[in-house]
Amino acid sequence: MKHILAAWMRDRPGVLNRVTGLLSRRNFNIDSLQVSASEEPGISRMTFEVSGDDRTLEQVRSQLIKLVDVTRVESFVQEAIVKRELALVRVAVGPEERRQVLDLIQVFEATVEDISRTNMLIQIVGREEKIDSLIGLLRDYHLLEMVRTGPVAIVRSAVANVEPEPALEPARDTWQGGGV
Amino acid sequence: MHFSPDRFRTTAPPRRITGSEMIWDACVTEGVSILFGHPGGAILPAYDALAMYEADGLLHHVLVRHEQCAAHMADGYARSTGEVGVCVATSGPGATNLVTGIATAQMDSVPIVCITGQVPSPLLGTDAFQEADIVGVTQPVCKHNYLVTDVADLPMVMKEAFYIAREGRPGPVLVDVCKDVQIAEGEFRYDMEVKLPGFDPYPASWQDALAQAADLINTAEAPLIMAGHGIHLAGVSDVLLRIVEKAEIPVVTTLLGTGNITETHPLSLGMGGMHGEAYANEAVQACDVLIALGMRFDDRITGRLDRFAKQASVVHFELDKAEVGKNVQPDVAVVGDLAKTLPALEPLIHPNTHAEWLASLTDRKLSSAGKDILTFELDELVPPFVMRQIWSETTNLRDPGDVLVATDVGQHQMWESQYFVHERAGQLLTSGGLGTMGYGVPAAMGAQMACPDKLVWAIVGDGGFQMTMQELATIQQEKLPVKIAIINNGFLGMVRQWQQIFYDKRYVGTPVLSPDYVMLAAAYGIPACKVEEPGQVAEAVRAANTTDGPYLIDFQVKEEVNVYPMVAPGAAVDELIRRPHIMQDHGGVVPAF
Repeated sequence: MKHILAAWMRDRPGVLNRVTGLLSRRNFNIDSLQVSASEEPGISRMTFEVSGDDRTLEQVRSQLIKLVDVTRVESFVQEAIVKRELALVRVAVGPEERRQVLDLIQVFEATVEDISRTNMLIQIVGREEKIDSLIGLLRDYHLLEMVRTGPVAIVRSAVANVEPEPALEPARDTWQGGGV
Repeated sequence: MHFSPDRFRTTAPPRRITGSEMIWDACVTEGVSILFGHPGGAILPAYDALAMYEADGLLHHVLVRHEQCAAHMADGYARSTGEVGVCVATSGPGATNLVTGIATAQMDSVPIVCITGQVPSPLLGTDAFQEADIVGVTQPVCKHNYLVTDVADLPMVMKEAFYIAREGRPGPVLVDVCKDVQIAEGEFRYDMEVKLPGFDPYPASWQDALAQAADLINTAEAPLIMAGHGIHLAGVSDVLLRIVEKAEIPVVTTLLGTGNITETHPLSLGMGGMHGEAYANEAVQACDVLIALGMRFDDRITGRLDRFAKQASVVHFELDKAEVGKNVQPDVAVVGDLAKTLPALEPLIHPNTHAEWLASLTDRKLSSAGKDILTFELDELVPPFVMRQIWSETTNLRDPGDVLVATDVGQHQMWESQYFVHERAGQLLTSGGLGTMGYGVPAAMGAQMACPDKLVWAIVGDGGFQMTMQELATIQQEKLPVKIAIINNGFLGMVRQWQQIFYDKRYVGTPVLSPDYVMLAAAYGIPACKVEEPGQVAEAVRAANTTDGPYLIDFQVKEEVNVYPMVAPGAAVDELIRRPHIMQDHGGVVPAF
């Protein structure tokens, strides 16, 4: 099972190294990882996906929070979050195929960021699956180069307009700094 | 005098001093008086400043012969006092030599601060002479570490380093200080508050779980306590004893929990796990509630995990939340400082008796081959006899509470844990988690430096001793009265035992040639003797114990003796190979070696 987690950490030299080093030496399987600034100055936010059972998730969280520079760890319930990824894809497209590709781009609400006689640079934002399917279709052409950010995620505000079922897990499970 | 004593108050007024002075001012203010280290180019400014502190009798530097031993000595100092040990090394090879000692301290939760010199900050990243990224290298094996490139950061870094090493689950912290930072001047104060939003050393929400834990314990018919290092670290072995006696609960200890309860106590079952006694492991597999206190279910104590105490409900008292559910999923977890949780548990525990359960354990105890080896007539020098004899002769002379033992790793380590009768927590200093050969002698030295009035024995094998025996010079230079017992069987004994049992007796790389240890000791000016027969042991131990200063005994024991009982790797803890024994004509049993 895939879990999505966010970790907040003090923006110190080597902090990324500490986190990734911990994940690799504890043999956790990380599917994606993304780091950026957070709303708080001096604090970075890392979003990542881990494969494993609930016990693995528990271990990842409790090992991460032990790092002195990590101030908070949250794990998210997939349904309660907005999760987005951005991809840039360069495809070899000559003038004769251009129209077909532009149609695809329109359907996927992607944008053309650069275009030349021989190729086209496409940007797409959205859920992972949407990006996967556009890329799948673009593979029919000659896919020259591709880069994906990996997903970032944020919790929806108070599970909008939906009466929460009592059995539902809370949307987020927060761990404040608890390193020992 | 260079310094007024007021200087080393936490609240002393800010002053402008060099980075080097900051390092030592912080150490003295933290209560450090001994440093274990080895100088070199990148730490020279700090050593130069150290002269003033040494002249004032504030700090004493112990020159080691290899930096690994500086870390082990700081570790021995810390384990024997509960205070932070400090070691010092230069950049590059000096720092990388510390790594084994740092990893040892990390695995066993020992608070040490390691100060290393680093190349000047403008040279960082240029592959300068003796440059090594020691912060990168030690990241996986220490609790936290710092690279200091600005003297303004140094006071806070030093304060945080001691704080992090000491608080919560203790561990090693490394501070790597660039040479230019040691030379630069800056403002030093030590009255600031440590603010680490990501570091919460003592989780505080354990009250709810405590009642559940007490319920389980109170209703158990066959409860068993498994007591680990956390009991000693939290200083609650007295509370443990009161709970144990109040509710009549037997206790198995981990290797690092040795002595949490006096081993002569009727409710003590001694050490469990791979080389624990059969009855201790059988108790684990027969109890209905297993109460794990300050331990982490290491594979050496659990054996095959999916068959470990499956019949029992597990209650886990532990400070480090990451240890809860890592290996064994408890039914109730009380996550908090044992110095708080255990005293809070005590009044919730009802007085109880478990006569039937205890009787079944006594039966099991009687059915294992006797350990009372001193009563057997032996015609060969076997290690268990040596161990028991060292212990009995030493405690005839000195109060057992005044004796500390440091061991290396391997067969002798297990024999020590089996045949010494540990009286109190913290009496045994041993590398349990990392299993570091070469640990014994330097750890004993660190403990002896910290506790000059204690009688300190280093019990080592001929393999491990040869890894750090260069420290004999340090022993002499510091006039340390450490007693060294080499259990010399001509093999890397534990590896040989595994080769015998699991690799069809193919002894590859395990026969060890030793020098003449008596001559070696003599070269360092250390008195020594060789023991070849059982009848010579007591006298040799007496000679060691009554000699002022260090003493070394080369016990030339029978070569191919195995440590039993033994749980083979991958086996459940009750599937053990029992200690072989011989039935005597009159019906008694003696161990067969």
